[in-house]
Amino acid sequence: MTQAPGHFGAYGGRYVPETLVAALDELEEARLHVVPSDAFQRELDDLLRTYAGRPTPLTFARRITEDLGGARVYLKREDLAHTGAHKINNVLGQALLARSMGKRRVIAETGAGQHGVATATACALLGLDCEVYQGAEDVERQALNVFRMELLGARVLPVEAGSRTLKDAINEAMRDWVTNVRDTYYCIGSTMGPHPYPTLVRDFQRVIGVEARRQILEVEGRLPDVLVACVGGGSNAMGLFHPFLADGGVRMIGCEAGGEGLASGRHGATMTAGVAGIFHGQRTLVLSDDDGQIFPAHSISAGLDYPGVGPEHAFLRDSGRAQYVAVTDAEALDALQYLSRMEGIIPALESAHAIAHLRRLAPTLANDAIVIVNLSGRGDKDVMQVRELLRSAVGGVH
Amino acid sequence: MGRLQDRFRELRGRGECALLPFVTAGDPDLEFTEALVLAFAAAGADGLEIGVPFSDPIADGPTIQRASQRALASHTSLRRILELVKRVRAKVDVPLVLMGYANPFFAMGEERFAVAAAEVGVDGVICPDLPPEEGEAFYGALEAKGVGPILLAAPTTRPERLTRLAARTRGFLYYVALTGVTGARAAVSADLRAGVARVREISDVPVCVGFGVSTPEQAREIGGFADGVVVASAIIDRMERAPTREEKLDVATRFVAELKAALRPA
Repeated sequence: MTQAPGHFGAYGGRYVPETLVAALDELEEARLHVVPSDAFQRELDDLLRTYAGRPTPLTFARRITEDLGGARVYLKREDLAHTGAHKINNVLGQALLARSMGKRRVIAETGAGQHGVATATACALLGLDCEVYQGAEDVERQALNVFRMELLGARVLPVEAGSRTLKDAINEAMRDWVTNVRDTYYCIGSTMGPHPYPTLVRDFQRVIGVEARRQILEVEGRLPDVLVACVGGGSNAMGLFHPFLADGGVRMIGCEAGGEGLASGRHGATMTAGVAGIFHGQRTLVLSDDDGQIFPAHSISAGLDYPGVGPEHAFLRDSGRAQYVAVTDAEALDALQYLSRMEGIIPALESAHAIAHLRRLAPTLANDAIVIVNLSGRGDKDVMQVRELLRSAVGGVH
Repeated sequence: MGRLQDRFRELRGRGECALLPFVTAGDPDLEFTEALVLAFAAAGADGLEIGVPFSDPIADGPTIQRASQRALASHTSLRRILELVKRVRAKVDVPLVLMGYANPFFAMGEERFAVAAAEVGVDGVICPDLPPEEGEAFYGALEAKGVGPILLAAPTTRPERLTRLAARTRGFLYYVALTGVTGARAAVSADLRAGVARVREISDVPVCVGFGVSTPEQAREIGGFADGVVVASAIIDRMERAPTREEKLDVATRFVAELKAALRPA
């Protein structure tokens, strides 16, 4: 048989049970023929503009720029998109696609709850049934988002298996899809999973980078020197990076979950500490032991708590086009407070990983350098957790 | 591979359907698995499917998920499973097939695994998340060493693809009885007979049916149109309910004997 499409160098592909092959073929057909159509693009553009609040602003971070004493820092404000994160870009596209494919039931997995909330939102908007799998541990630590999903008319299904986090929610969503494949659409929340998902999700998230590119050219008259974004599965980073891939002078840095430090073994740093493996329908970098068993990731942020990464990121790492760094829980927690005080923006803990790396990076750059950080989500969902963490930390808020 | 071909030829000759019980290796430890495999072979199993546990079994229902967790808790690895096969192979000539998700095989290295599997006497490998488009290098390596790559087909498989799967598989084609994950079910899907008939029209490769087969009656029904039946979760469910190792072994072995009796021509 000929090699399947959807490969990014040594990564990607379609490693799924036979039952799903026809459904992925059907989705690929829709991706190739429905998505590019004028009618589809018009409807999606209209929703992004009039419903999701796009374009999101590109904010010049004046005080951070002065404080860090290096590059000029801009924030791409995905936190201002409807539902509070970039996730809405992808789900509006996929929900429209589900409807056009005649699927009345949509399932999704969620870690932090942002993708679950976004999927529930898009399903409410389009009148589709929605069920969201979420690891039981995440259900507990993201109680507010669980309630939001329920308000939006979705059912949240806690997953007790395994590590009770995102990876187990994905396992369970895949099992549901295997069982109900004929009438169910699986709305994956990141640039991961079997082909065509990594490409499909990337293309729906590219709007971030397309806008940022236009906006920076308007205000600065030139392209940025560095792009910084956090990476769990990698959809916000891929959305920002992809439209700049051909611009050789633009560096790209993805920030992944360093957790309690790489030496602790408790982290989600697949790009710095992972190995190639087959997991969740894709070949990518994974956290796995010598016997090929996947071990649970750890991160302060549920959205980065994933032992794999989108295959295109793995490819960009190997090719050297993008660099990836690990940011610890403690650094992210500091960065969340830093951005809150310096710019009046409370970022999601996920996005705080990118801010943390910015604090290391900016001082090393020339004063006329330009950095764009993707502020992928707002921190409202994390406020309770952060309060607990700071209360229990020695010294409290600092 | 030869053992599988011989067994199916022999069974077809007398109009008998094969029974392929599944056990998760290392559930709860490999010593027990060894006893189970030998007991199943003695009870009339025509081949054994030995499950390689994986941390994230996306095609499996709760029963095999739990079995996998127990096996991993006792540190069962692919390397130790190959040692188990070697010990079993020294004692019995029954076909032995390993069934597992791709990552543990790839973590060992496709070529290295193929060599080791052939050496210890593995007859076939079933990899439920490795379609031939992605797996050809692995499947080619297995076949070159005389280990059969056994492919799966599902009710959702389209006709032209079914033809390619039936042509590429070795030993038998594993036909997934339902759209869903593994686990015992109350009834056999009404479309199953037609599904197997689709394969018959295009190929004479032996067809074994698995997923959801739970009782001797269901096995007999499927035995009427398929070459083999795989029973997995229903065996594990019975063992879970038995309190001691001796009783687990006994209840499982008796169930295997009942299943095989249902498959023999009257």
